Amino acid sequence: MRRPVKYGILGGITMSFLAGIGMVESFADRMLIDPVLNMGYLVLYGIVAVYGNMAARSEPNPLEEPSYEKGSSALAGLMTGLIAGLGAAIFVVLVDSVDMTRYFPNFRPELVEVMTFGLELIPGLVALIAVSGAAGAVGAVVLGLEASRRHRVAATVGWVLGFALFQVVVTDILDIAPALARVFYAPLGGLEWYMAVIIGAVAYFLSGRSKGKAKSVIETVRTAERWSGVRWSVYAFAGIALLLPWLVLGGIVNELLINVFLYVLMGLGLNIVVGYAGLLDLGYVAFFAVGAYGTALLTSSLSPTVTPELSWWVALPFVVGLAAIAGLLVGTPVIRMRGDYLAIVTLGFGEIVRILLLSDWLVPYFGGSQGIRQIPGIQVGPWEVSGVDPQYFVYFAAFFAGLAAFISYRAQNSRVGRAWAAMREDEDVAEAIGVSTVKAKLLAFITGAVVASFAGALFSAKVGAVFTNSFDVLVSLIILVVVIVGGMGSIPGVILGAFVLIGILGGPKSPGLLAEFSEYKLLVYGALLIYMMLKRPEGLWPSARRSRELHADELTQDAWLDKGGDFVSDGEQGAPA
Amino acid sequence: MTPVLEIKGLKKAFGGVQALGGVDFHINENEIVSVIGPNGAGKTSFFNVISGMFSPDEGQIFFDGDDLAHHQPNEITRRGIARTFQNVRLFPNLTVLENVMVGQHCRTSSGMWGAILQTKKQRAEEIAIEERAKEVLSFFGTRLAGYRHDQPANVLSYANRRRLEIARAMGTDPKLLLLDEPTAGMNPRETVELTGLIGKLRDDLGLTVVVIEHDMKVVENVSDRVVVLDHGVKIAEGDYDHVSSDPDVIEAYLGRPAENSDE
Repeated sequence: MRRPVKYGILGGITMSFLAGIGMVESFADRMLIDPVLNMGYLVLYGIVAVYGNMAARSEPNPLEEPSYEKGSSALAGLMTGLIAGLGAAIFVVLVDSVDMTRYFPNFRPELVEVMTFGLELIPGLVALIAVSGAAGAVGAVVLGLEASRRHRVAATVGWVLGFALFQVVVTDILDIAPALARVFYAPLGGLEWYMAVIIGAVAYFLSGRSKGKAKSVIETVRTAERWSGVRWSVYAFAGIALLLPWLVLGGIVNELLINVFLYVLMGLGLNIVVGYAGLLDLGYVAFFAVGAYGTALLTSSLSPTVTPELSWWVALPFVVGLAAIAGLLVGTPVIRMRGDYLAIVTLGFGEIVRILLLSDWLVPYFGGSQGIRQIPGIQVGPWEVSGVDPQYFVYFAAFFAGLAAFISYRAQNSRVGRAWAAMREDEDVAEAIGVSTVKAKLLAFITGAVVASFAGALFSAKVGAVFTNSFDVLVSLIILVVVIVGGMGSIPGVILGAFVLIGILGGPKSPGLLAEFSEYKLLVYGALLIYMMLKRPEGLWPSARRSRELHADELTQDAWLDKGGDFVSDGEQGAPA
Repeated sequence: MTPVLEIKGLKKAFGGVQALGGVDFHINENEIVSVIGPNGAGKTSFFNVISGMFSPDEGQIFFDGDDLAHHQPNEITRRGIARTFQNVRLFPNLTVLENVMVGQHCRTSSGMWGAILQTKKQRAEEIAIEERAKEVLSFFGTRLAGYRHDQPANVLSYANRRRLEIARAMGTDPKLLLLDEPTAGMNPRETVELTGLIGKLRDDLGLTVVVIEHDMKVVENVSDRVVVLDHGVKIAEGDYDHVSSDPDVIEAYLGRPAENSDE
């Protein structure tokens, strides 16, 4: 019974914390399933369910399949939930009886009302504890189900919550048929409860059927003849997918996609510097700024001094050249620095660029805090595409993100990529083996800078104006978080990281799909980062090399097991030094 | 016959410690020279200065007629001096093959554009690099062949790591190979095997080899000539039998015999 008590207390503290920072209250305004579930309750009791689930696990031995006894595990979950609920209830009583709004502005009667489901205090608290207990028990019971049932339950919950949470996307797609959107969603937001039931039921009965099918489809496509029908249907699907943003997706989703692609671009660029070459650059946003301001100077008619008013495409090579020079300028003085020192110096460089752009000295060129406005969009024949038409602009963002992925891929599997990898592993040895680390470092900085300048050029054309506050240090850090959470050195990882973090949670300057999170974004980022570092340091979609590095012991053991524990047989001493 | 490597008056101090106090050294083509000496004699510093990892305070390092002192390590490797490390320093997360392929870096030239555009030249070069790496690995028989190519270096056994380090140095197509305690930590059988291998480096591949070694059996078996360092100074030089009976060498290793028992 120690685990339920432990996780119950943790649960109570977490619930009180989430309520105390105002998260529950502000999320409560967002209805998910009308009228049963709002987002505040989802977060609050979702956590209890997770804790209940953890409490129900028998002693965690990673080598064994966890064993369950249905009755006792449900009981453990229930206990956890009840203890957690009790903790939260004590907190609510405290908020209700002592006025602390002077110090904690969120500790107010509205909070008590949300937490007690709008009931009187005593019945409300009982309900709170009861619901919490139920959530804990549910979390525990789910784990006791057999695997196929568990998949079905997960699919059901996933689809229903997906429809509820991503209402924006669905209504955006259903924009062509607003009547249909009204069937799905309640007027004040949230999935209609009967739709939730229908979606859930469909998901429950259909899930499991597709299992393994994806793999066989991929296999069919891989082995298909070059000009066969299978191949053509793949191309057709790809073509249709390409048309989606233009024809089907609405403004909000396309806008989001553009943001995601910009971060994919910057993430891939930083991945070259940090992931491939192992140079921790905390001032990466400077190159983004160079790209954006370079484009602004060369294309805007309102740029203070330099006004060549080039078209975007003509300006682009100059901007890229400028970024390459900037990469060289930043790279050269830091050649001899390593690790922490490099990080701090680049952090400084990033801030220097922003402050220079703001400085009185350069106001005549960069407009200081006024920024530069009237940046034209991207010219395509007689048209001009800017952020006003996200359904067209998204193609440019996607194209350059694809280009960055292509460059990364080709560079990684080449002589240059190997030199970077060697340098990342051991700089001195790489040098002694004939790699010019000076050249390799500069090349990494320049390539990273060029990729960031694409993002800058796109950004200024999209927004039509540049201001220094788009380039503060937070952006550098968020890009780094995208790379770390996605998977350092992994192209699909970085792309996935950008979709998850920027697309769903939101970037430093833009909301994501879960717009409610924007206020608590950094909190969630921090929590996510800690969780990832503890549980999955190699990232969501790791590169082979990186996971080798972080799981070296296991690999050694696997290799040993593969050979039947027979390392010593060919006359070698077993244990590595 | 002019020596491949000729070193004159090499000095290097770290603070107050004179790691190398004016060492003269030469090695002829196709020769195997062992450098021995007690711990802290300056053997590894000697290698570090030759390979450019430390810059000497004084002295010249002539290799193929050019003075290489104060050159960058990668430049020295490009000129044809490759080395291994006393405390094995592989690229642990690169595969065995990749470790050796890195060695070819200084022999090839394609850059970023070649990589992105996949030019004909770049693809041909990439294939050549891989072929060369496999060829180098085949020198070690089946030890580093086959499925081992794609294993990360950090799963290799200790002896194989030592072998891979030599392979990586060979991958740079050197003329002169500096091996820093190649048999350290190996069992007797592996030591014998490696001793034979060092001989093959010279006989089959025509390399010139300098070996730092503590195992006197190995020194006896492989060396044409032995150089003894102590406190950064060369105290003896000659063939093994000559050096092993030199009173200065015995003193450096064992200490001076007590002259008066009553102080």
